[in-house]
Amino acid sequence: MIAPPTAPLRAPAMPRFDLRLVRTMLPGLSLALVLLAIAWLNPRAISYFGFDLMLNLAVPIALATVAQMFVMAGGDLDLSIGPFVGFAGCIAVTWLRDAPLLGIAMLLGCISAYAALGGLIYLRNLPSVAITLGMSFVWQGLAILVLPKPGGSAPDWLQSFMGIKPPFVPFSILAAIVLAAAAHFGLMRTSYGAILRGAGGNPVAVARAGWSLLKVKISLFALAGLFGVLSGLALTGITTSGDANIGNGYTLLAIAGVILGGGEFVGGRVSPIGAVLGAITLALASSPLLTFMHIPPDWQIASNGIILIIVLATRAAVTRKGPLQ
Amino acid sequence: MTANKFFAKPWAWSFLGALLVWVAAAVVSRGTGAGAIITAALPLAVFTVIVGTGQMFVITLGPGNIDLSLPANIGLASAVAMTVMNSNDSMVAAGIAAAIGCGFSVGIANYLLIWVLRIPPIIATLSASFIIQSIDLDFGRGLQTKPPPGFANFTDMQILGIPLLAVFAIFLTAFAAVVLRRTLYGRTVTAIGQNGRAARFAGLPVGWTRFGTYALCGALGGLDGALLAGYFRGANVDIGSEYLLTSIAVVVIGGTSVAGGRANVPGIWGAALFLVLLTTMLNIFGTSAAIRLLFTGLIIVAVIAVAGGRKATP
Repeated sequence: MIAPPTAPLRAPAMPRFDLRLVRTMLPGLSLALVLLAIAWLNPRAISYFGFDLMLNLAVPIALATVAQMFVMAGGDLDLSIGPFVGFAGCIAVTWLRDAPLLGIAMLLGCISAYAALGGLIYLRNLPSVAITLGMSFVWQGLAILVLPKPGGSAPDWLQSFMGIKPPFVPFSILAAIVLAAAAHFGLMRTSYGAILRGAGGNPVAVARAGWSLLKVKISLFALAGLFGVLSGLALTGITTSGDANIGNGYTLLAIAGVILGGGEFVGGRVSPIGAVLGAITLALASSPLLTFMHIPPDWQIASNGIILIIVLATRAAVTRKGPLQ
Repeated sequence: MTANKFFAKPWAWSFLGALLVWVAAAVVSRGTGAGAIITAALPLAVFTVIVGTGQMFVITLGPGNIDLSLPANIGLASAVAMTVMNSNDSMVAAGIAAAIGCGFSVGIANYLLIWVLRIPPIIATLSASFIIQSIDLDFGRGLQTKPPPGFANFTDMQILGIPLLAVFAIFLTAFAAVVLRRTLYGRTVTAIGQNGRAARFAGLPVGWTRFGTYALCGALGGLDGALLAGYFRGANVDIGSEYLLTSIAVVVIGGTSVAGGRANVPGIWGAALFLVLLTTMLNIFGTSAAIRLLFTGLIIVAVIAVAGGRKATP
């Protein structure tokens, strides 16, 4: 009989430092590789204008990815972030424009709803996948209620903010750097950030040390809600109008971005910088500029899949050496 | 007490929900449409049940196991089925076989990504779905082939108001339930979901079982693609798009544990009928798609919240 195919249950502990370094560098390396491929296919894309165009949607994707990262840091998964981003966008083009105070209250309400969900998931020990799956229908329904047909107009301040053209470096790159730095500092360099990650890695230990796991879960989901709202605002600032379905693809893109950036589904292992790099890689891979690079439109969706497969297969090969168990 | 025993069954709630929604719809339509509502709802429920069964097997394998490639798989299989059938009644069996084979291959590809490249299932099936979608776009673009008349009629056929498709699906799910409860394969799937490490130490063929499960789920997706193309009179890239979330939703509402190790076949029927009848009822009420989505979501959240979380192993 042929040896049965088996996948190892857990990766063995990292034995060597250099492999770990490669692993840490992998999100950056994969982004560099995609950039090299683009430069090779079309050198003119590597310019201020080219990046501006290619990274058009990178900021909202990166924000949604960071939102997903907070949820995944706690060992959960959010299947509703995409429709939530769409809903926040719909509020931005309707209430936030017409009645700013009411719009802000609505958006704060959205974040509170996210925080409450985190609390509910912890208190009743619910599977986050199932709850957020249900919520994805809820956000989608609310978005269509607020904005039945695509349209509306983003507030002028939002449009002009997203339309800033700084000298030398495109806005999307600056925004991504600021986002990565802020998320990295908050989650990796502050003491409560360590608690948040620890709760995903070893909740019992964190609870025994006297921290409230309920507060941790609420904080993580509130942060996810906050970044989801920011993603919706950024998205409408770029597209200038709203569409209830515009964010739907972000759910899976955000999960993929976190994983691409070195995050894992268990153990609170996430990397904010990696997540932003992963999101940018995915944004590039699905950018409209691929059309000018002789990649037929039908095959542009596949490029995302192929990039994911290559990067993750490389990561698995780098981190789990040795024969299969 | 018998009533207590009934409600202790994980699938009871989904059937009760379906019944309530059906009664509400029947009352609003003044009783006249009660039978017609069921007749109209059943085929749509069947499509959900078939993919839901595949998804249930995969989810039962344990945490992290999920098939996100079903929508793309269904889309491609519908195009393959229509191309092979080529509007010719004598090619129906070949077309269905080709669609199942196409789905089966997708399932195998999924597991190869998971096993050979050691990619987490959620990302492996997601990446696969991106690639399948591209293949489908390239292959199925402008595909205008109609299903053979015989096949199209078959998907509409009824016996005493019960669609033939539903009868077929009942047999299929009964078979799935037997496989799950009474065969070595089915027991192994459950065992892996309850404790993968223990299953491995017990010498169970963990790898082959997972392989078979992803292939089975893919094959069911392929079958669904062929049937959908027959029912909706043609293949379409987006024909399966709603089954990404719905296939997971029926598994969850039907009482299957999201954490794996506990599967429930009857619950899938209850949940699928419930979701389809809910749509029908809200349609009769004249509510918009938005309200329908809102209700569907709130009910899923409520069902999960009331049912409570993972209990300690019994």
